[in-house]
Amino acid sequence: MAQGKTADQDQVALICERYQNDPHRMLDILRDVQDQFRWISRETMATVAAKTGLTQVAVEGVASFYAFLSLTPSGRVTIRLCDDIVDRFAGLPAVVEAFETALGFAVGQTSADGAFSLEYTPCIGLCDQAPAAMINDVVVTGLTPEKVREMVAALKGGKRPEDLISHRFDALSPYERAKRMVKNNVRHAGAVLLGPVPEDAGLMKALAQTPAGIIDQIAASGLRGCGGAGFTTGMKWRFAAQAEADRKFIICNADEGEPGTFKDRVLLTERPHLLIEGMTIAARAVGANEGILYLRGEYVYLRPLIEEVLAERRAKGLLGKAIVGVEGFDFDIRLQMGAGAYICGEEGALISSCEGLPGEPKTRPPFPVTCGYLGFPTVVNNVETFCHAARILDCGAQWFFDMGTEGSHGTKLFSVSGDCINPGIYELPYGLSVRALLEMAGGEDAAAVLVGGPSGTMIARDTFDRKLTFDDLATGGAIVVFSAERNILEIVEYYMSFFVHESCGYCTPCRVGNVFLQKAVAKFRQGLANPADIAYLKDLSATIIETSRCGLGMTSPNPILSTLENFPLVYSAMVKPPKDRIRATFDIQSAISDARVLAKRRSSIYDKDFTK
Amino acid sequence: MSDLPKARIATASLAGCFGCHMALLDIDERLIELMKLVEFDRSPLTDIKRFTRRCDIGIIEGGCCNEENVHVLQDFRRNCDILVGIGQCAIMGGLPAMRNAIMHSDEPLRECLEEAYIKGPFTQNKTQIIPNDPALPLLLDKVYPCSEVVEIDYQIPGCAPTGDVIYEALAGLLSGRFQGFERAHIRFD
Repeated sequence: MAQGKTADQDQVALICERYQNDPHRMLDILRDVQDQFRWISRETMATVAAKTGLTQVAVEGVASFYAFLSLTPSGRVTIRLCDDIVDRFAGLPAVVEAFETALGFAVGQTSADGAFSLEYTPCIGLCDQAPAAMINDVVVTGLTPEKVREMVAALKGGKRPEDLISHRFDALSPYERAKRMVKNNVRHAGAVLLGPVPEDAGLMKALAQTPAGIIDQIAASGLRGCGGAGFTTGMKWRFAAQAEADRKFIICNADEGEPGTFKDRVLLTERPHLLIEGMTIAARAVGANEGILYLRGEYVYLRPLIEEVLAERRAKGLLGKAIVGVEGFDFDIRLQMGAGAYICGEEGALISSCEGLPGEPKTRPPFPVTCGYLGFPTVVNNVETFCHAARILDCGAQWFFDMGTEGSHGTKLFSVSGDCINPGIYELPYGLSVRALLEMAGGEDAAAVLVGGPSGTMIARDTFDRKLTFDDLATGGAIVVFSAERNILEIVEYYMSFFVHESCGYCTPCRVGNVFLQKAVAKFRQGLANPADIAYLKDLSATIIETSRCGLGMTSPNPILSTLENFPLVYSAMVKPPKDRIRATFDIQSAISDARVLAKRRSSIYDKDFTK
Repeated sequence: MSDLPKARIATASLAGCFGCHMALLDIDERLIELMKLVEFDRSPLTDIKRFTRRCDIGIIEGGCCNEENVHVLQDFRRNCDILVGIGQCAIMGGLPAMRNAIMHSDEPLRECLEEAYIKGPFTQNKTQIIPNDPALPLLLDKVYPCSEVVEIDYQIPGCAPTGDVIYEALAGLLSGRFQGFERAHIRFD
């Protein structure tokens, strides 16, 4: 669509007005523009800039940052193939080929009539049913070439992506729609989250206590953040409660982007009320009136479900003014959609994104608990953390404290995927060994297990007795299983390319260093590495970790460092001492091939002279 | 001291401007002391074209822009114990590497040559022919710093390096005590 026409620009202006021309809602505005016009033109950016009082370059900064916003026209049906390593091992190449053949163009392109786009996207949180893809706002899982051919034929025949899920999609409830699209694969329901959960029992008990009492209880339970970093939740809430400010915010981080993690997806589908209950309790505890639920763009299919839950709770008086009749306890939540940026799972970047800025991390300190969203004290917690908090208020701190191990109390959701018989969600107390989890999941044949996603640790068979706790193998929940037939270096190279793609670009060591790391790993795969390259990997990794501002750069070398430590033979087997100290990576034949064509002659030095 | 065999040095200028070789002369009268310790083998300074025997130190000026540069550099690596890159072109590609900026073209090399010999606004080439004598070595797809082609042991920074820095490096290498440069000597701002 042209978007140059006045009528279109009027539409854009209307979208801006829908958000009160508020520059902090830039991401919502641009998402709506993208949804309506399938891309964001220069004229549109100018209109948005004029309406929101920003410069055009500021708008472009946001529009160009997020993967789901496009600056060139994308197809009316945009197919995003999940390109995670788990999907690749689960048969993605054949699926890609089927898509390309059926659509008649390659990945990365848009059809000439503007009907279809086909692109890759990193992990969309469906590793337990890979290969998977997003088609506009719906997701399709367990893809096979046959399924792809049927889907493309249906779409070409004029069906909507929604019709692929069910012929009576519109009649289904949001929950049923989500269930039709995605299996939740709950393999082991634990005592806290996935077992029987009474409705709003925690909230009722919380309202009978003082805010300080709630925090004391959370602190006594030993609950730690479930997103990966494991900061003590009670302490976080206490800092925010103590901060003096006119406004305070509760933000739920539902941007689980760590490849191999999909536990929040299951909680958002099965326990949305528990999550909102936990956020409401947090609001009561710290004295916040406003909340934001930041849902990753890849989970857009859950949006109607969350919105329905919020509306339902507002109607029941569980959100809004004077909650459950408690005078002065006002709290409401808005849903903020992300737009395809892994970095926005980082606390500071997530806040930036909520503020309508590119998702770049913020300098710390000050920490969000004193200076967060719009400069106000903000509690940012993971989905699972809020759910735990609500259950702790219901069943008591001691009950939670007694589960797990010393230092890691309660249960944890593990999302297991890869080469195992039963991929899915396991809610288990902390302290279990990796081996025990593998036995439950039917992954005893594993040769390598990635605990905590690429920014975590890759361990080998000899250390499967290590424990899943904060003190040994800390994880946000991702457990990716690899069998002996997988190539460790291929996995490492994929994860490095993931970090290259997802670095926000603010810090040079992360933006550039990760590219160098990826190239160095590629050298190992090609058998062109020399012994000095192992030291180079370690040295460059140390630099990136030391000099990056946020967690992405501080953990991005982990796939390399943990495999160097736990799979040293994989690297040393690929190392060759250079002959005559001449670099094996420099290939004279490819370096002169262009000149050969241009000069229309052979090399007198490097080509054989057949006339002699 | 005179009893010891002299250290043998070889030098070459690849894709450089010969400025670094000229800078060797900037070590001034210390050159007389230096010549008591060394002798030059293959080098434009002696006009010896081939290695007469293995050398202790090879000094390389310039990066690699054509196949002959690569050939010479590999030859130096095989025939020298220590290989030293001198000047910005050897270390990073330097001025010639500006052509590496033509990277978004389908045919970067053709574009570069046409700009240089035909289309450039200040080009005076009545024949409109891009030189292609069989004696000319083939160009590489881009300009490479020496360390991407062979392993380089030491690098002497500067464009061109000062006489002090060159003397510091050579004296250190000859005595076997080279520990890097004085910070003040490699500050250029």
